[in-house]
Amino acid sequence: MNNRLRILRAERQWSQQDLADRLDVSRQSVNAIETGRYDPSLPLAFRIADIFELPLEAIFLPDRKD
Amino acid sequence: MARSKMSPAYRRYTVSIVLLMSAYALILFGVNAFFRNSAPSGVSALLAALLPSLPIIGVFVAVGRLLVEDRDEYRRSLLVRQCLIATAFALAVATAWGFLEDFGQVRHMPGYWATVLWFAGLGVGGCINALSQPKAEED
Repeated sequence: MNNRLRILRAERQWSQQDLADRLDVSRQSVNAIETGRYDPSLPLAFRIADIFELPLEAIFLPDRKD
Repeated sequence: MARSKMSPAYRRYTVSIVLLMSAYALILFGVNAFFRNSAPSGVSALLAALLPSLPIIGVFVAVGRLLVEDRDEYRRSLLVRQCLIATAFALAVATAWGFLEDFGQVRHMPGYWATVLWFAGLGVGGCINALSQPKAEED
């Protein structure tokens, strides 16, 4: 799954730690999600969507083969 | 928004491990002295011989508690992977050792070495987890 977390974070000038604090997770987690090494659970994905005040599909994008 | 490096769950885990390992050292010392000085038998020997395993079993409970209590799901997934690697490592070595022992190629190892192998496997899993992390990068 791809995501626009890094872009959205940069638009708000938040560091990974800032976002991690808002989500109550570690910076490691934010980094893993941003780099696509970890797909968040649905509850965490909804928390991310809440924080950015966006629908899930505006943040997370399915993998496309082409 | 400063955030403590260690979560409350990890802090509890660290404290538990320190206490359990201290208890293990004390109990092992005491039980050794007990067997050396009074040559117990029967139920008292059985119970005394079991005592050193209790803090080690407590470590497994502490790991399980950490898995339940840590609120960070990514870190939990890393710990699960670490435990799976440790389990696979311990079972693989114990199985191979068992056959080597059966065919007289190595000497007998006490069963508690499986636990030592599991802890070594946790180290292997920790290294694999660390290697899978990208180097500290720019925000």
